[in-house]
Amino acid sequence: MSILKENLWENNPVFVQILGICSTLAVTNNLTNTFIMTVALIFVTAFSSLTVSLLKEYIPKKVRMIIQTLIIAFYVIFVDILLRAYLPNISKALGPYVGLIITNCIIMGRAEAFAQSNPPILSFWDGFTSGLGYMWVLMIIAFFREFLGFGTLFGISVAPSGFTTWTIMIMAPSAFFLLGTLIWISKTIMLKKEVK
Amino acid sequence: MSPDISPIVLFFASIFTSNILLANFLGMCSFISISKDMNSSNGLGMAVTAVLTITAAINWVVINYILIPFDLLYLRYIVFIVVIAATVQILEMLIDRLSPSLYMALGIFLPLITVNCAILGVSLFIEIRKYTFIQTLFYAFGAGLGWWLAIMLLSAIQKKIANAPVPAGLKGPGITLITIGFMAMAFIGFSGMLIVQ
Repeated sequence: MSILKENLWENNPVFVQILGICSTLAVTNNLTNTFIMTVALIFVTAFSSLTVSLLKEYIPKKVRMIIQTLIIAFYVIFVDILLRAYLPNISKALGPYVGLIITNCIIMGRAEAFAQSNPPILSFWDGFTSGLGYMWVLMIIAFFREFLGFGTLFGISVAPSGFTTWTIMIMAPSAFFLLGTLIWISKTIMLKKEVK
Repeated sequence: MSPDISPIVLFFASIFTSNILLANFLGMCSFISISKDMNSSNGLGMAVTAVLTITAAINWVVINYILIPFDLLYLRYIVFIVVIAATVQILEMLIDRLSPSLYMALGIFLPLITVNCAILGVSLFIEIRKYTFIQTLFYAFGAGLGWWLAIMLLSAIQKKIANAPVPAGLKGPGITLITIGFMAMAFIGFSGMLIVQ
């Protein structure tokens, strides 16, 4: 339970550790894509943490990075094939970013920092909650970007008629601004808590 | 099948309008953590440009002469990662032999590059967009230069920010991200001139 709280807030992979923002900021202009992408990421983080933890005694220290990468790549290929088969449109829209889950630093980070030295079930849970911590942050960004940029939520029009869409929200800079602002807000709250 | 874009256009577009970092969000992790120091940024930029160009060229050959003929395209993630890791390893040994001073300058940055998403991203882009070999070379080299330019600019700006009165909660990554946002706007401002897809 403390792991859940830690990964969702106190040690959130996005806010606090600034990890893994690389590939996924690109898909946050649309809630549906973001949701699928983060679910894929949760799956990969959880299972690769589990696998790394199960195999940790058999992996020689020197080559562990490349073995971890291969384990992660295995799960990503699995996700990629599933998406292609069942959600071809979304798979097309995500393009190369599904493959880029491999180099997402969160997964590698959790494998290195947690799964390496903890039992399998706990590592699975840690990977899963890290993924959740990632998910809620990205969903907030995607919510603002899709609502202001297209006037829709999950592709359904919700904005009042005559609503002027903000073109900047569809483009890259808005993702940086929104993430920066979110970090600002969360850090301010954390600092206030510390003072108390 | 390959898109009909002049390599020169592709080259400039990948530096400015389709900057791998500012428009495609690739290579952010090392970008944010390294950009505080100008010398390190320079070393990392150089290393990324070299590795990016070499691996993109190798991966292009692998895609078109091995993966597609043998119908193994689903293995591409693993193959790309292995090619990148191997290239970095070989490059590290070569530089160590040929130029110890450059080796010292690059130091820890070479191994870090293996997990830089920009490298893998460019290889995936050339596969999806079906570039020709010449287009691949120009695109990859441009993307590397674009990344290098962006990290140098940011580390220069960071130097000024260090002395600025930034609110406590915004200090660190917050202000960095907002700065990157403004840089992205400036770079995208060129997009009326060059478009690449």
